[in-house]
Amino acid sequence: MLSRVADSVYWMSRYIERAENYARFLDVNFNLSLELHPNAKEQWKPLVVVTGDSELFEAYYKSGAKKNVIRFLAFDERNPNSIYSCIVNARENGRAIRPEITKEVWEQINSLYYLVKEGQDKKYWEKKDPRKFFDRVKKGCQLLYGILDSTISKTEGWHFVKIGQLIERADKTSRILDVKYHLLLPDPEMVGSALDLIQWSTLLKSVSAYDMYRRKYGKLTPWSISEFLIFDKNFPRSILSCLLGAEQSLKSITRSDQGSFSNSAEKKIGLLRSQLEYADINDIFGSGLHEYLDDLQLKLNQLSTSIFETFFSTKNIVNLSSKTFQNGKTQ
Amino acid sequence: MSVTLKMDFGSYEIKGFHDEMMGDDGMVRSHYKLFQDRLKKMGMKKLTMLQHETDRAQLTLGMTFNVYSDNQGVERILHLDIIPRIIPGKDWDIIDKGLKQRIIALNMFIHDIYHEKKILKDKVIPKELVLSSTAFLKQCEGLNPPEDVWCHITGSDVIRGEDGQFYVLEDNLRCPSGVSYMLENREILKRTFPELFEKLNVRPVYNYSHNLRDMLESLSSVSNPSIAVLTPGIYNSAYFEHSYLAQQMGAELVEGRDLIVQDEKVFMITTKGLKQIDVIYRRVDDDFIDPLVFKKDSLLGTPGLFNAYKKGNVVLVNAPGTGVADDKAVYAYIPRIIKYYLGEEALLPNVQTYICAEQDDRNYVLEHIDQLVVKQTDASGGYGMLVGPKSTREQQQEFVQLIKKNPRNYIAQPMINLSRVPTITESTIEGRHVDLRPYILYGKELKIVPGALTRVALNKGSIVVNSSQGGGSKDTWVVDY
Repeated sequence: MLSRVADSVYWMSRYIERAENYARFLDVNFNLSLELHPNAKEQWKPLVVVTGDSELFEAYYKSGAKKNVIRFLAFDERNPNSIYSCIVNARENGRAIRPEITKEVWEQINSLYYLVKEGQDKKYWEKKDPRKFFDRVKKGCQLLYGILDSTISKTEGWHFVKIGQLIERADKTSRILDVKYHLLLPDPEMVGSALDLIQWSTLLKSVSAYDMYRRKYGKLTPWSISEFLIFDKNFPRSILSCLLGAEQSLKSITRSDQGSFSNSAEKKIGLLRSQLEYADINDIFGSGLHEYLDDLQLKLNQLSTSIFETFFSTKNIVNLSSKTFQNGKTQ
Repeated sequence: MSVTLKMDFGSYEIKGFHDEMMGDDGMVRSHYKLFQDRLKKMGMKKLTMLQHETDRAQLTLGMTFNVYSDNQGVERILHLDIIPRIIPGKDWDIIDKGLKQRIIALNMFIHDIYHEKKILKDKVIPKELVLSSTAFLKQCEGLNPPEDVWCHITGSDVIRGEDGQFYVLEDNLRCPSGVSYMLENREILKRTFPELFEKLNVRPVYNYSHNLRDMLESLSSVSNPSIAVLTPGIYNSAYFEHSYLAQQMGAELVEGRDLIVQDEKVFMITTKGLKQIDVIYRRVDDDFIDPLVFKKDSLLGTPGLFNAYKKGNVVLVNAPGTGVADDKAVYAYIPRIIKYYLGEEALLPNVQTYICAEQDDRNYVLEHIDQLVVKQTDASGGYGMLVGPKSTREQQQEFVQLIKKNPRNYIAQPMINLSRVPTITESTIEGRHVDLRPYILYGKELKIVPGALTRVALNKGSIVVNSSQGGGSKDTWVVDY
């Protein structure tokens, strides 16, 4: 597969997953705001904080009011990570790899595009209840992955889709978990209170983890919830499960054996995955969940850079191949 | 009480044009009979609804293009009018034969120009006229592309005049576009009028992409050659088509930056190292393919590509240099070119053409500028053009100056009243002017699928059919009935 194309496949997939996650964040926070006591202050700003785009937000908006946050995260073309921008970028990447994807995939990306464009044209952020829109984005993205899964051959391209999706998802799950760190309780005494529990269960719901969590643990506690979202091997949105999947796809591309690596991307993901496998939630809470998640996000970024250098950077690949040429080896 | 708007052709105007549906006597032509009956039964409301469905289908298919002169990022749709242009099989056969004759002669001309230049020595065409063409590439002299074929893919523009006769208006021998619309329009219309396809014997076009792939493969000496479509990228106005064709053929879609030349061979840069390419269907103009040989500042090209081509390590389709035969000044000589190489009269006539480089012609053009269509010899896409009868005095004066300054750059033709086809307007159906672009494939053999892109000038009275200038398209049905 062309390096440029693989790059676009990877990013198309990341953008779709990002759009879906943003739609989840917003949907769930909207629900949360409905459950609060009428006098309690709605908290929208933490959503912006965890996406890492606070500076940009503050450059354009005066207050962290609901309407502003929804507009910024969902519809603002000035925010490169808004749902709107993600879908536009996914579509541009999709256009560049049109021959690699099926007609159905392309048509679904297009209908997502027209959906977000309509949202922007009609100023959905001013709607009383924009949840229907978030739901359509979420389902639209899920449908897209479903079509990818059922119409694309499980070759290199499909594996790059998987890697992009899973790395993005791992990052977003870590950020959703971090929302709790930024969501303020009116009083430290309220840890474990009804409000605290509502916040934790909201968090589970935003990654569709509520049902699966309940089945496994029953009782809601911050430790078990964090353990579930970081370390569960079977829940498809947990960070470890994402890493396991991404590693597997990486190895399908390079055909390296389990426990070995043939490039820096494989090395990085293997290390990160085993660190998670041997970590303990109590240690993490001891040294700070927020700090742990921050570090995890940094490592995921480094992993993405290694993937770029190994597979997508034409400069690197040509340099490597030229060396092979000089040594008289042929392809 | 519900009112059904009945389709009424009583007020449909023909006035002085050749109408493809209605004869001069106001009676429907026999090959359109069945279609018109269907229209009448359907009523305007249903027809408008079908048209809206088509617009939506085009959007979902992403059949969009960017217009150069527009703000970047403005996406447009090539409007597809759902009333087809229907051509009787016997008329088509004339076009088919005429184009094949023309392409064979033009290919011999190109080969001759880059070798012995016999036709110039025999003074059939003025030497300066050919050698001064910006599309003449000295670097191609002495080259022998596979099968001695240079113009593998041609999209000639054919028009029908008010006399009902077909003429060739232009030969697009470089990177003709639009074939994807021919194919997708057919797919859409099959959904719009399924019952008509059952009743009418419409000749199929679906095998175009197979023919294209076969043709490309046949040019390589390698068995199972690797094939790529070279595109300038997603901002090119024809990108939809480049990706569409690559996908339909199962070829790689590459940009210049995906390629690298080593050991005089062309490779693409993949996730698993370099992979050699044998045939490139390039949709990048000659000037931009290789910055070492042509435009030095081209970012679209691949350094060393032309040399690899010269060494025979990669096939380029079309061959560089073919543009010399679709220079608009050379066009005027094509009947003589056909006669010279084949000893035959041209089966499809040319439109009368005045060559501004020649004094008598130039004087005539300058005196009659308000009646003629003036075209820049190396332009396309409806740019660099003056439609005399529809222009202002200032525009005419501007062209007078341009011609005087650089006569070699201009030709002029009488304004031809292109034939018309009924077209859906906001409230009714009216005649709009059309042309016809069939696609000719030339490898080991010559093939033309029985179909074409019909371009239609959507603006009332306009004869400019280019997509960049308010043109739309129609599906073209070649029917045997």
